[in-house]
Amino acid sequence: MTVPRPFDDVPTRRPFPPPGVTASLARMWRALLNRTVSLLAALVVASVVIFGMLQAVPGDPAAFMLGLNAQPDTVAALRAELGLEGSLVARYLAWTGGMLTGDFGTSYTYRVPVAGLIADRIGVSAPLAAYALLLTLVIAVPAGLLAASRRGGVADWGVMGATQLGLAVPNFWFAMLLVLVFAVSLGWASAGGFPGWSDPVAAIGALTLPAIALALPQASILARVLRSALLDTLDADYIRTARAKGLSRRATVLRHALRNAAISVLTILGLQFSFLLAGAIIIENVFFLPGLGRLIFQGITQRDLIVVQSVTMLLVFAVIAVTFAVELAYTLADPRLRRR
Amino acid sequence: MPDAGETTLLAFDRLSVAIHGTPILQDVSLALPAGRVTGLVGESGSGKSMTALAATGLLPVGAQTHGAIRLDGRDLTTIRERDWLDIRGQDVAMIFQEPMTALNPVHTIGAQVSETLRLRGTSRAEATRIARDRLDRVGLGSIPLDRYPHELSGGQRQRVCIALAIARRPRLLIADEPTTALDVTTQAEILTLLRVLVDDEGMALLLITHDLGVVAGIADWVAVMKDGRIVETDATQSLFRDHRDPYTRDLLAASRPPARAPRKVPPDPVLAARDVVRAYGGHRAVDGVSLTLNRGESLGLVGESGCGKSTLTRALLGLEPVQGGTVELMGRPSGTAMTRADRAKISVVFQDPYGSFNPRWTVRRIVTEPFHLTGRPPDAGARASAALERVGLSAGDLDKYPHEFSGGQRQRIAIARALITEPAVLVLDEAVSALDVRVRAQVLALLDDLQARLGLAYLFISHDLSVVRAIADRVIVMQAGRFVEDGPVADVFAAPESDYTRKLIAAAPAIPDAWVKETS
Repeated sequence: MTVPRPFDDVPTRRPFPPPGVTASLARMWRALLNRTVSLLAALVVASVVIFGMLQAVPGDPAAFMLGLNAQPDTVAALRAELGLEGSLVARYLAWTGGMLTGDFGTSYTYRVPVAGLIADRIGVSAPLAAYALLLTLVIAVPAGLLAASRRGGVADWGVMGATQLGLAVPNFWFAMLLVLVFAVSLGWASAGGFPGWSDPVAAIGALTLPAIALALPQASILARVLRSALLDTLDADYIRTARAKGLSRRATVLRHALRNAAISVLTILGLQFSFLLAGAIIIENVFFLPGLGRLIFQGITQRDLIVVQSVTMLLVFAVIAVTFAVELAYTLADPRLRRR
Repeated sequence: MPDAGETTLLAFDRLSVAIHGTPILQDVSLALPAGRVTGLVGESGSGKSMTALAATGLLPVGAQTHGAIRLDGRDLTTIRERDWLDIRGQDVAMIFQEPMTALNPVHTIGAQVSETLRLRGTSRAEATRIARDRLDRVGLGSIPLDRYPHELSGGQRQRVCIALAIARRPRLLIADEPTTALDVTTQAEILTLLRVLVDDEGMALLLITHDLGVVAGIADWVAVMKDGRIVETDATQSLFRDHRDPYTRDLLAASRPPARAPRKVPPDPVLAARDVVRAYGGHRAVDGVSLTLNRGESLGLVGESGCGKSTLTRALLGLEPVQGGTVELMGRPSGTAMTRADRAKISVVFQDPYGSFNPRWTVRRIVTEPFHLTGRPPDAGARASAALERVGLSAGDLDKYPHEFSGGQRQRIAIARALITEPAVLVLDEAVSALDVRVRAQVLALLDDLQARLGLAYLFISHDLSVVRAIADRVIVMQAGRFVEDGPVADVFAAPESDYTRKLIAAAPAIPDAWVKETS
């Protein structure tokens, strides 16, 4: 027997634009301004620290360049030419002032502008990092979702086991394994080197194995973080509410749990991007990729301190910028952080 | 059971549920008539919530059911999960106790109300229109759809939960302790709203609560549940007047703690506050209040959440600085700078018996911790044993851990800890609010006894007026940082002077005296 339900659906008008939006935007701009100021402050502090540390590094670049038998006056002349003379403050200001106008100095060893060197290398490192991050997400998100929604099941055990392995295997070893299997045995990809972006297909091909090697441990971490964040979220009261109003288990996970879990995953993701950009030194060496990591590595071995200093500063900037972007992403993901 | 002519919408028919072999529900039979409110009353762990979850197909993994749940003649215990998706929200909807966490923080309220409509093919415009209508229906006409849950108060959030539950015009609404987390005035509003929805829409409502006062005011039928069984079912008034089961009688007696006999306490101030102001920026949370608490006296402090009672309490405990006025404890100035010895003269017991202990500490360590204020006396062990015995536990409990105790026992441990330094003033901040009524009655009796023996002064903070009436000699009513009423309990309850007090008393759920006197 059916009981009638005589709700009256009365049409109502809703105000547009919704009240409070203008004030909300104003507050967001103010928050953005505050964050920008703290970002700039962090950059200044970082530049002082980097500059100071490299002053303390033993070894005179000029003496290194001229070899053991150089005359003292030749060394002095080269030092002046390289901008190594003068007070600390003057040199710091010259360096930072130069960077603001895009002048990163001149490499001691290559005798070309550092800015040009960096630009070439970024063309390899940034796409590699982005590629690896994309792979990380493509692997980690489905794996984390699968493990969390089949908690305690075979899929969960499988994901946990595989990610344990992914964490334990060193990525340079995994990189060499990839080279052996896919380049040496199967011949599907080149074993190293970078053909340049004139042939995009070949360029992406050359980055594929390094990106996989970089992504594996990152994906393992992210999948585990996502799994535990989802499991926490799935215990929440609003998940029960969603189920009680008639959402399927799958819809509940995708529509209600995932976005809440994403808030804690974002933090890890930000750290990972910084790591992928700055931490690819070993992988770039395994695959002979002309990236920032190789540049900084060569700079250190050749006492090319201006290169080291500028690339480090650039990486610091990238890390701070990513952190900044993650914080903005928080506000988008979590409305509680946007105050009206 | 329902009268002839009433349509039974959903019926539990000898339903038994076991989880991993442990029986949770046994032979539960209950008919829920359309257009009526059925109250399901019982203490925590009695199986009330499991009954509700069974009716929505949301029992935990590993649950085995016997018997039947019939909806339109269909047995819900045998249907598949896919069919449940059509029943939940459409035929049976549910709202829960905790409105603060029941809504997804990252979605707007409009989206949450219209979500199931959208997922079932309703157009966006139509779903939005229905969401607006349902929010209007629950009294949130002035709240835009694009608000997020954190921008609303607890009462408003519970209204959103109701709007969300009635989005698809369910025929049965299950409300599991819907007002337990709310203030008395908000509780009264939500209960009225539920009653109106039932009357207007012909819905059936299953109202689950531990509070007999709540069912007395709203339910047509009441079922009393104990240890997974329904011990008694009757029309509400008959149940209160002519119950047969001894458990129902106990529950009823404990729900109406007797008012404290009026007595005269000689003036001997142990705690005195004068013109206390606690301001956060420009906002005065406590706005120039004065109170005196005498030795051996119980002072009740009541008010809605946000009225400043917790802030005042922290100021009296010397945990927060005050921006004006003075607080004196035993004649010495009190405040954030007070000495440890002075702090030992005032103790506090909080609401949550689960969250206020370190789970990895033994009871011995928990109870003797306040000795860091006074220096550990040589007879600390003996005093810990004595403190436990004083609150009705035994010295043998000293080496146990908190999880080995029930909620009521934990509250006893909290009292033992508070009394170990022999304070003059005990602050009880909602100290019995989380307890079942029968346990609450025991703890109230214990407090009464301790006061008589030790001459303690109590500051008893509560939103529950019946409890204040049972324990306090004097009561202060607080509203928006100020005291609006201060006087002997009997006078204030019999003839409140301020409108606000009258409103609070009127809103408090109560069992009509006439229903009870005939049986006792």
